[in-house]
Amino acid sequence: MSTQPVMKASWMDKFGGRGKLIQILIIAVLILGVLPLFSDIFRLNLYGKYLTYAFVAAGLVLCWGYGGILSLGQGIFFGLGGYCMAMFLKLEASSPENTAIQSTPGIPDFMDWNQLTELPWFWQPFHSFTATLILIVAVPALFAFLIGVAMFKRRVGGVYFAIITQAIASIMTILIIGQQGYTGGINGITDLRSLMGWDIQTDFAKYVLYFACCAALILCLLAGQFILNSRYGQLLIAMRDQEDRVRFSGYDVANIKIFVFVAASVISAIGGAFFTLQVGFMSPSFVGTVASIEMVIFCAVGGRLSLIGAAYGAFLVNLAKSSLSESFPQLWVVAMGALFIAVVMLFPRGLAGLVSDYAAPVRNWFASAFKRETVAASGPETRPSAPKPPESKARDDVSMASAQESH
Amino acid sequence: MGGYTGEELTAIFLMQGFSGLSLFCVFLLMALGLAIIFGQMGVINMAHGEFLTLGAYITYLVSYVASDVWPFLLDYYFPVAIILAFVGTFILGYLVERFLIRFLYNRPLDTLLATWGLGLIMQQIFRSTFGPREKSVVMPDWLMGSYQATDMVDIPLNGLLVVGITIVLTIAVFFLLYRSRWGIKVRATTQNRMMANAAGINTERVDRLTFALGCGIAGVAGAAFTTIASTGPTTGSLYIVDTFLVVVFGGAASLLGTVASAFGIAQAQSILSFFLSGSMAKVITLMTVVGILMFRPQGLFASKVRR
Amino acid sequence: MSSPILLAVEDLTVSFDGFKAVDGLSLYLERNEVRVVIGPNGAGKTTLLDLICGKTRATDGSIKFKDLELTKMAEHQIVHKGVGRKFQTPSIYENLTVAQNLELSYPSGRTVFGSLFFRRTPKINQRVREIAEQIYLADDLDKSAGLLSHGQKQWLEIGMLLIQDPELLMLDEPVAGMSVVERERTAGLLKEISQNRSVLVIEHDMDFVKDIAHKVTVLHQGKLLAEGKMDDIQKNERVIEVYLGH
Repeated sequence: MSTQPVMKASWMDKFGGRGKLIQILIIAVLILGVLPLFSDIFRLNLYGKYLTYAFVAAGLVLCWGYGGILSLGQGIFFGLGGYCMAMFLKLEASSPENTAIQSTPGIPDFMDWNQLTELPWFWQPFHSFTATLILIVAVPALFAFLIGVAMFKRRVGGVYFAIITQAIASIMTILIIGQQGYTGGINGITDLRSLMGWDIQTDFAKYVLYFACCAALILCLLAGQFILNSRYGQLLIAMRDQEDRVRFSGYDVANIKIFVFVAASVISAIGGAFFTLQVGFMSPSFVGTVASIEMVIFCAVGGRLSLIGAAYGAFLVNLAKSSLSESFPQLWVVAMGALFIAVVMLFPRGLAGLVSDYAAPVRNWFASAFKRETVAASGPETRPSAPKPPESKARDDVSMASAQESH
Repeated sequence: MGGYTGEELTAIFLMQGFSGLSLFCVFLLMALGLAIIFGQMGVINMAHGEFLTLGAYITYLVSYVASDVWPFLLDYYFPVAIILAFVGTFILGYLVERFLIRFLYNRPLDTLLATWGLGLIMQQIFRSTFGPREKSVVMPDWLMGSYQATDMVDIPLNGLLVVGITIVLTIAVFFLLYRSRWGIKVRATTQNRMMANAAGINTERVDRLTFALGCGIAGVAGAAFTTIASTGPTTGSLYIVDTFLVVVFGGAASLLGTVASAFGIAQAQSILSFFLSGSMAKVITLMTVVGILMFRPQGLFASKVRR
Repeated sequence: MSSPILLAVEDLTVSFDGFKAVDGLSLYLERNEVRVVIGPNGAGKTTLLDLICGKTRATDGSIKFKDLELTKMAEHQIVHKGVGRKFQTPSIYENLTVAQNLELSYPSGRTVFGSLFFRRTPKINQRVREIAEQIYLADDLDKSAGLLSHGQKQWLEIGMLLIQDPELLMLDEPVAGMSVVERERTAGLLKEISQNRSVLVIEHDMDFVKDIAHKVTVLHQGKLLAEGKMDDIQKNERVIEVYLGH
C-alpha cells in the first residue's frame, strides 16, 4: 500500500465502503422486514415512534461526534419539524364543517377556546401540503443557520454552545406553553386524524407511515455516510484535531460548523415530522431541555462516532424506556441517570464501540477465510480514516483541551 | 401604564424590585457555587441544582426535628441547619469529585452528561425519600412578619434574611477566591496543572476541595432557599439552565460579573412580569441575554487575553 | 513583479489589556528573501506571525501583502492570498494519514459544497506524491500521521503549506526539538523551498539561523532592536546585551 490509491474508486466508497453499506442493509432488513413480520400494528407503531428519535441521534453523530459541537437543543428542531406537520394536520382537522359548533368555525379548537377569531399569519402557509413539506425542512434549517452564524462566526463553541442551545430550548418551551392561543399550549397540537383526506389512524395507514419513516431513515443514514466519507467529513475530523490548522489551510471553519449543525437539524426535523404523523400529536414536552438531553444519550449509547450505532441506540434506549417505565417508573429515572454516567465513564464509544471491539476478531476471521482484502472487509473501524476513540486522546472538546495543552 | 399614579408606580417598582431581589438571591446563591466549579475549574456540574435541593431537604429535616421533637429549639434551628446543609453537600461533593468528576477533567462535554445523569438519580432519591409533594419548613417566629417601610411598601423579614445570607456568602467567596492562598492555588491549578504540580501544589486535593466547596455553597443556598419557598425533588433543576446562563452572561471567571448578571436578569424578569405574563417576561429576558451573548460571547466582564 | 517588497509591516501595535506585545513595529520583506526573526522570550515574535496571518487582530498599524491590507481580512482569505503559516508545535491531523493530511491542504474544494463533492484527480495525487518526496515522507503516505516522529510531523506541516504554493511562508521554530540530522535535512528543505518564495522564520538555534538567513531581525519587548546581515547582528552590542550574550 505504499503507493498512493491504486484501488479503483467505486461508488461504494462514497458511502464508507462495502462494510458500511452492508450494515445499513442489515438495518433495512431489520426494520422493514423483521419488525413488521413479528409484531402487531400497535407495537410496530411504537417502534416507528422510537425510530423517529434515530433521526435525531444520527444528526447528533454528525454534529457532536464528528463536528465536536454538542447541541443540547436538538429537541427544538425535532419539535419544529413536528409542529410544522402538526399545524398542517390540525388545519385539515379544523375545516369549517368539523368546527361548526365553535364561535369562530374554521380555526383550530384551542384558538377558539383562547378567544382568537382569526387564523394567525404564521399558520396561513400550512393550508398547503407542498408548503408544509418545504417548511418542515426550511424552518429548522433557517433557525439552525441563524444560531450557527451567530455562534460559530464568533468562535463560540464547546461548553458555551451547549449551554446556549439548552437555554434556547428552554425559551422555546416556555414560549410554546405561554402562547396557548397560537400553539396549543402545554397540551400541544392534538386530535390529528387525517392527511389530505386519508385517515391516518387506520392500521393500514399506520403501516404505510411506518414504512415511509423507515425509508426516510435509511436515506438519511446514507446521506450521513456520504457526508462523512467526503472530503468534508475528513475536514470535520481534521477540525477536531487541529482547528487552527484547518483555518490556516484556507478553510472558513465557521461555515463548516454551520453546515454540519444545519444538516443535523434538518435530519432531526424530518424525524419530528414522522413523529407527528405516527403518534398523532405534537407537544412542547418533545422540545424542551429534558427531551433534548435525552436525545443526546440516545446518540451516546449507540456510539457518537457511528451513524448506524446511533440508530440502534435510539431504538434500544426507547424500547428499554417504555418497557421499564411501564412496570417500574421510578427505576427508569435511575436507570437513565446511570446510563448517562456509564456511557461517559465506561464506554464512551457506545454500542458501536463495543461491537467493533468484540466483533472485529470474528469478522477478520471470516475475512481471511474468504480471502477478501482485510482492510475492505473489516470496515472503516480499522481504516486509517476512522478517528481514534475519544478516550484514547481524552479529547472531545477540541477548543478546551487544546487550550489547556497550549498553556 | 396609564392607570397608575406616580406614587403607585414607585411602589410597584419597589415591591417588584424586592421580589426581583429574592429571585436575584436564588440566582446568585446558586451561581456562586457554579462560579467556583465552572468559572475556576471549568467543570460543568449539571447536578448543581440537586445539591441546592439537598441542602434544602437537610434544612427541612432539621426544622422537622426542631418543631416536632424539641419544640423549644425552634427559634434557633436555622443556624444549625445552615451548617449541616453545608457539611452534607460538601461531603457529597467531595465523593462525587473523587469517583466521577476527576476522570473527566479534559472532557467538559462528557462531564456535562455524567453530572446530568447524577442529577437524575439524586432527584429520584429525593422523590422516593421525601415524596413528590413539596415540603415547607416550619419557620421560627422571628422570621414571620414584615418590615413596613411606607404605607404601600412592606418587605418580608424572611426575604431580608436571604438577602443577608447572600451578601455574606458572596463576600466570603470573594475573599476565598481572590484574597486567600487557597484561591491562588485554585487558579494556578486551572491555568496550568503541570506547573502547579511542579510548584508543589497538590492539585488533586485542590480539585477535590474546590468542587466540594462549590457544592457546599449550593447547600447553604438550599438552606436559605427554604425560607422563601417550599422544596420539591425538582426545585434545584428548575433553576439550572437560568443559572448557567447567569454565569456565562457574567463572564465565567468573573465574580463581579456573576453578581451583576444575576442582578440584571432577576430584576428584568421580575419587573417585566408585572406588565406582561410571567412566561413572556422570562422569554424576553432570556432571549435578550442569549442575544447579547451572541454579540459578546465572552460575557459582560472578561479581559482580553492573548489566545 | 511590480515591487520588490512582498510584505510591508508598518507601525504595527497590538495591546492586551494595556500590555503592548508588539509596539510600533515596522518590517519589510522582499520577494524570495529568507528572513529570520530572533529575540528573547516574550519579544513578540510569535505575536508578529499571529498578526500577519490574522490570528490576532492589530490594535494599530498596517500589514500590506502585495498591496493588500491584511489587518482587516479573515484568516482563510489571507491564506487564499498566498500566506502560509506553520505553528510552533506541529499541528497536523493525527487521526488522518499523511496522504490525507496533504490532500486536505490542497487548495481546491475549500467551500462546504466544494468539499462535499470533491473528487480526487490524478493531478492532485501527483502533487501529493511530489510534496511527500520533498519532505522525505514518500514512503509513509498511508501511515497515520499520529505515528510519525516529532521531526517528521514538522516536515509534514511544512509540506501541508507547500502544497498550497504560498508566496509567503511563515515558520515558527521549525527545528525546535529536532536531532542534528533532522536539523540539517530541514535546512536543506528550507533552502530548496525558498527558491521562489519569501520565508519568514522564527528560530533560536543560531547555527541554523546562520545557515539559512539572508537577513535577521531582532525583536525586543515588541520593538525592533536591530536588523541586518547575521554577521553584523552578532557584533551588535545591544543585541549581545539583551539576547545573544545572555
